[in-house]
Amino acid sequence: MYVYDQHDQTIVDQRVAQFRDQTQRFLAGEISEDAFLPLRLQNGLYIQRLAPMLRIAVPYGLLNSTQVRMLAHLTRKYDKGYAHISTRQNVQLNWPRLEDVPDILEELASVQMHAIQTSGNCIRNTTTDQFAGVATDELEDPRPYCEIIRQWSTLHPEFAFLPRKFKIAVCGTTQDRAAIYNHDIGLDLVTNEQGEVGFKVIVGGGLGRTPVIGSVVCDWLDKKHLLTYLEAILRVYNQNGRRDNKYKARIKILVRAMGVDAFRTAVEEEWASIKEGPSTLTQDVIERSKACFTAPDYEVIEAESALKALERQRDTDPLFSNWVKRNTVAHHVPGYRIVNISLKATGYAPGDITDRQLELLADLADQYSFGELRTTHEQNIVLADVRKDELYNLWQALQGADLATANIGYLTDMICCPGGDYCALANAKSIPVAEAIQRRFDDVDYVYDLGPLDLNISGCMNACGHHHIGHIGVLGVDKKGQEFYQVSLGGSKDKNAAIGKILGPSFKQDDMPDVIDRILTTFVDLRAEDEAFLDTYNRVGLDPFKERVYAKAD
Amino acid sequence: MPKLIKDGAIVENDGWLPMDPEGTAPRVQHILSLEQWMTLDAKTNSAVQLEPGQPPAPLLEHLNELALVAVNFPAFTDGRGFSYARELREKGFKGELRAVGGFIRDQMHYLHRCGFNAFALADDSELEGALSALNEFSEHYQAATDEPAPLFRRR
Repeated sequence: MYVYDQHDQTIVDQRVAQFRDQTQRFLAGEISEDAFLPLRLQNGLYIQRLAPMLRIAVPYGLLNSTQVRMLAHLTRKYDKGYAHISTRQNVQLNWPRLEDVPDILEELASVQMHAIQTSGNCIRNTTTDQFAGVATDELEDPRPYCEIIRQWSTLHPEFAFLPRKFKIAVCGTTQDRAAIYNHDIGLDLVTNEQGEVGFKVIVGGGLGRTPVIGSVVCDWLDKKHLLTYLEAILRVYNQNGRRDNKYKARIKILVRAMGVDAFRTAVEEEWASIKEGPSTLTQDVIERSKACFTAPDYEVIEAESALKALERQRDTDPLFSNWVKRNTVAHHVPGYRIVNISLKATGYAPGDITDRQLELLADLADQYSFGELRTTHEQNIVLADVRKDELYNLWQALQGADLATANIGYLTDMICCPGGDYCALANAKSIPVAEAIQRRFDDVDYVYDLGPLDLNISGCMNACGHHHIGHIGVLGVDKKGQEFYQVSLGGSKDKNAAIGKILGPSFKQDDMPDVIDRILTTFVDLRAEDEAFLDTYNRVGLDPFKERVYAKAD
Repeated sequence: MPKLIKDGAIVENDGWLPMDPEGTAPRVQHILSLEQWMTLDAKTNSAVQLEPGQPPAPLLEHLNELALVAVNFPAFTDGRGFSYARELREKGFKGELRAVGGFIRDQMHYLHRCGFNAFALADDSELEGALSALNEFSEHYQAATDEPAPLFRRR
C-alpha cells in the first residue's frame, strides 16, 4: 500500500497544527460558530445529536494492521470502545469530545492517517472496489489512480469551498463494485479501439434528494490527462454550480440544467488551457504510483493440494463450509481466496465494530493476509489475500468474536446509516429497523434461498444508506413529528445502475418486518426457478408487489 | 484607513478607494464595479472589482492595463473567487489581485495559492494572525500559482 514520505507527513502534520489552532481559537471565542463550521467539517468533525462525530479518512478503503490497532486505541481512549464503517469506506467515532479532536488527529498522523475532507463542500475521500488488485475480472488495478487523485484533491486550494460536496469513485473491473454511476465523477478503466487503457468519465450521478444516474462526458481519456480533466470539470462546477439552494447545488443538477453536451463543451473549453500543462501525468509518476500497489509476496502454493485440504475441512465442518461459500470470493492467484468479514451480526448496529474486534482483525491480517485490511462501502471488512488452506484457522478465530456471520450479499447484510440514534440530520432511526428485520429473518436457509439481495436503509433524504440503489430501499421520513418509512424497489448499484421506484405510502416502524415479509413472499411466489430478486422485479414490475403489500387483511 | 496585507506584509492602504457603485462618473483611484469599468475608455492603471457570478472573461483583453483586480467574497463559503483568481493569473495578470469582503483568515493560505497577493480583511484586529496564516503549509501536492509544478514532478 502507499507509504508516506516526508512530504506527505509534513502536510498531514501541518494540518493537525492548523486545526489545533482553529479549535483553540474557537474554544476561546475568537472564531464564530459559522466560520468554524466548514473548518471543522473539512477535518471530519460534525456536531451530532448527542456528541460530535469524527469521520476518519480511509483512502479508497485500504488500512494496515498498525492503523487498525490505532483505531482500536482511539475508540478506547477517546470514545466508547467501538467505531463505525461508513458507506464511503471511512471510519467514524461517535463520541469524541471537541477538545480532544486535535489530539486524536495527532495520534492518527503518527500512523499516516487523517480526517482531511471527510466532510464539507469539498472533494471527499475517493472510493473504489474493495477487491482492487485481487479481483478475477480486473482490467487494471484502480488504486494507483485513486492515490494520484487523493494527492491532487488533498488541500486543493481552489476547490475547498465548492457549492456542495464532491465524490469521486474509480472502477477497474467488469462488475462495478464502486457504484461509479452514482458519484459526482465516476471513472471506469476501459480500453479504446487500439487496446490502450484509459478512463471513461461519468459525471453527475448521485443519490440524496434527487437521485440521478451519471452521464458519460468522455468515452476514453488518456491516463496522462486524468488530473487536468478532473480539474476542468471542477472549475466548471465551482463557477457554475448553484449556490442559492443547497438541495440543488450538486453537480448532477448543473449537468442536467446545462444538458450533458453543453456541459462537455464547457469542460473542454476549460481543459484546453491546462491540457498538457504541468499537472499532466508522466509515465514515471504513473509507474511510481503503481509500484506502491504491487502484489504481496504470494507463496507458490500447490493449488491442487491446498484445494484438497480445504475440501477436507469443508466436508468435516458444514458451518465452515457454508461460510466459505457465502463469504469468500475467487482470487486471481491460485491457492488464495478473498475473505469478506461481515459486520452485520444481529445485535450489532450494521457496520459497527468494537475495539477488541479491531485488534483481533489486525492480528489476523498480520497472520493471514499480509497485514492489510480493506473497508467496503457495504460496511464490511475484507482480508484480500488468504491462503485456502488457512481459511479454517481464520474462520475459527473469527467465530469466537462474532465476526463469522455468513451473510455477505444476502438480505441480512444490510447497508444502514447511523440514523436518528446518532445523526442530527436524520428524520428517523434506521438501526432498530435493520435489527427488527434481521431478527424476523433469522432462518438462514430462507435467507440464502432468497439469493443475492441488497436491502439499504437511510434515515433521511441525504441517502447515506444508499436506499435508492438497494434492490429494496428503505427511507426514514418525518410525518408530523412521527417516524415513518418509505419503501422502494428495483434499485441497483452496478453498471446497469437504476434508481428504485417508490412502492407507495410509507409505513410505521413496527410494521416494517411485515412489509419486508410481504415483499419477499411475493417475490418467492413470482420467482422463476432460482431467479434473483432484481431479475424478478425487472420482469414483473412494481404492481404485483404493491397489490400484495397494500392488500387489506381479509 | 483600514490596513491591508500585501505581498506578505502589513501595509497602510495604498490609496485605492473602495467601490462606489452609485458613483455616476467613474473616478481615478476608485475601484470600479465591473459595469463602471466596462464604460471606461482608457483602462490603463484602472482597478475593477469582480463579484461572485462575474467571471473574469471581460478583463482578459486588458490584463496588461489593469493595476488592480479585487475579488469580493460576500460570503466566505462562496468559493467562486478562487477560480477567478487562478484564471486571471494563468492568463498572465501580473498586477495586484486583492481579496475583499467576508473571507476569513483560515482561507488565506488557499487564496494566496490561487494567486491573491493582497488581502483586505473585514476585521483589522486579525492582521497579525492572518499574516501567520499565509504560511500554514510549507508543502503542497498540487500545482498552483505559487508553485507551478505539482509535487509529483518535484519528488
